[in-house]
Amino acid sequence: MTETANTAIQTLLAQTDTDVASYLEACVHCGECAEACHFFLSTKDPKYTPTYKLAPLVKAYKRHKAPFHTLKGMLGLVPDEVTEEELREWEPLIYDSCTMCGRCTVVCPMGIDIAGTIRKVREGYAAAGIVPEGLQAARAQVEKTGSPMGVTAKALMAQIKHQEKETGIKIEVDKKGADYMALLSSMEVMGYPEIIGAYARLFDRAGLTWTISLDAYEATNVGVQIGSGPLAKGLVQKIVDAAEKLEVKNVISPECGHAYGALRWAGPNMIGRQFPFEVVHIIELMDQLRKDGRIPAGEKDGRKMTLHDPCQIVRRGGLLDEPRRLLDDSCSDFVEMEGAGVANLCCGGGGGVSANPRAEELMLNAFKCKLDQIDEIGGVEAVVVPCANCRTVFEDGLDEFESDLEVIGLGELVADTLKEA
Amino acid sequence: MSFLELVEGPLFYISGTIFLIGALWRLIGIIRMGRKKDISPPKGSAVAGFFKGNLRHFFPRGLFAERTWMHVLGGYGFHLGLFAVMFFAAPHITFFQERIFGFGWPALPRWGFIIAAEIAFAGLIVLWVRRFSDPVMRMISDRDDHIGSWLTFLVMLTGCLAMQEAHDILRAIHMGIVDIWLLYFPFSRLMHAFTFVLSRGATGASYGRKGMNP
Repeated sequence: MTETANTAIQTLLAQTDTDVASYLEACVHCGECAEACHFFLSTKDPKYTPTYKLAPLVKAYKRHKAPFHTLKGMLGLVPDEVTEEELREWEPLIYDSCTMCGRCTVVCPMGIDIAGTIRKVREGYAAAGIVPEGLQAARAQVEKTGSPMGVTAKALMAQIKHQEKETGIKIEVDKKGADYMALLSSMEVMGYPEIIGAYARLFDRAGLTWTISLDAYEATNVGVQIGSGPLAKGLVQKIVDAAEKLEVKNVISPECGHAYGALRWAGPNMIGRQFPFEVVHIIELMDQLRKDGRIPAGEKDGRKMTLHDPCQIVRRGGLLDEPRRLLDDSCSDFVEMEGAGVANLCCGGGGGVSANPRAEELMLNAFKCKLDQIDEIGGVEAVVVPCANCRTVFEDGLDEFESDLEVIGLGELVADTLKEA
Repeated sequence: MSFLELVEGPLFYISGTIFLIGALWRLIGIIRMGRKKDISPPKGSAVAGFFKGNLRHFFPRGLFAERTWMHVLGGYGFHLGLFAVMFFAAPHITFFQERIFGFGWPALPRWGFIIAAEIAFAGLIVLWVRRFSDPVMRMISDRDDHIGSWLTFLVMLTGCLAMQEAHDILRAIHMGIVDIWLLYFPFSRLMHAFTFVLSRGATGASYGRKGMNP
């Protein structure tokens, strides 16, 4: 066995706790998960069946850790050792064709969390250094600049200044004692900087004190996407350190899917202690401020709109009703697509897939499923996409399939439809 | 000792004991792997999520049921039919009363047994045919899946043959297959009859902490 394979196998086994073992033991190979996976739906290739993607872990588990593995081993009834060749052969299934969207769990009669298990398989791959080039490049950028797109504090400041000019509102940077510290994703800073202005308008109206830290403004956690626990932990720690330094009461997770789960649900477990602040998603915060009457809704947008549910925010994050309440207030013709909410289709580019150029064709094919879902409604003029990563996938996909559907962020929509003071 | 007495007596008790100990060993083995305590502040109850997750996945979602209707029908037909036959066929209740529990319960009428058995057979056949006819299932199925299906099929088939209780040899063959099925169960994927509780529960608990349950 090579050192690479050994590292991968040992990490896979270390990741296999009661939950993962329960999943591996309960799978009856019914294949229903395939019917939920956009990569299978768009290709009809059985190799994209979600449970099949777990094969290296299943083999290692049966050989080394499953109950009765010793007895079965003596009888020659355990699988062969996982080889480095096999691991490399499986790598595209682990990284290119799984967005960790978790739709397969919804259909699985055993309730198996395949997405979460893929995340653990990626730990084995990352530890062994078997990671796609695109994600390796993102990792290198993070290690160099703190941002997967290389967004520096200087570049962020330029965008902040621009938004201050646009809105006429002062945006505080590194303000100690603010109630809220806002995080952003690189994608937002470079592609959709108007979200910074939207925050300024909303929080100014609500009378919140908020700030952006120049030490930790990046919400994107490449460690979670790659499956590198140590990297993910380091990125969470950076945010925690900045929030503690500024003594903020809350940290706002932006319109970015995995960033919310990484900080809100996995973060305390990664650094081994609870945070002295609360993590709140921007959608949660807007919903609460709306309920409290601090950001009253004004004239609604009259366009026919639908909502794309980012998987990590809705299906795996638990924010199901909040975006809908905000949309009901902001849009006079809000329509849902089939399977809206927990069964909604992924954009095709989550879980690091959009950062992996090798997976582009697969991603665009998967996105077509999403587009078909929207087209089935008929007459939709705009789609609200409260995740910067999904938003770029939408824009690439709409361009590829020559659709003139408009893509907008939820924060911007809420800010644009605020009641005039 | 006749062959029937052997498979209904000592062999049944041996295979039943191995079934019980093996199943417990496997479940405890899974649970003993442990999991780190989740210290993120919860929004809801993990315990409630565990139970809700277990119940939720009994019911297919309309969106997917459309795509997987054959599997849903086959799966429900087989499992419900088998459950009814296993625990409510009159000869089984008599057997449980005399050999295990010392008490009985009301049995299905003969026509009810026949309907339940036919539904179970139809469901099992649909599931097994899908295993080799559907490209996805063909790719992911392994030897264990086929052995489990065949053994269960043989248990059901020999059970129907023995139903008249007219020939000891037919009853002995049925009981012999049951003994093999019991021996195979804890080492195979048939254990999903128990492990599904842990699997659904783990996901349900995780979602429950997040204040939701898909």
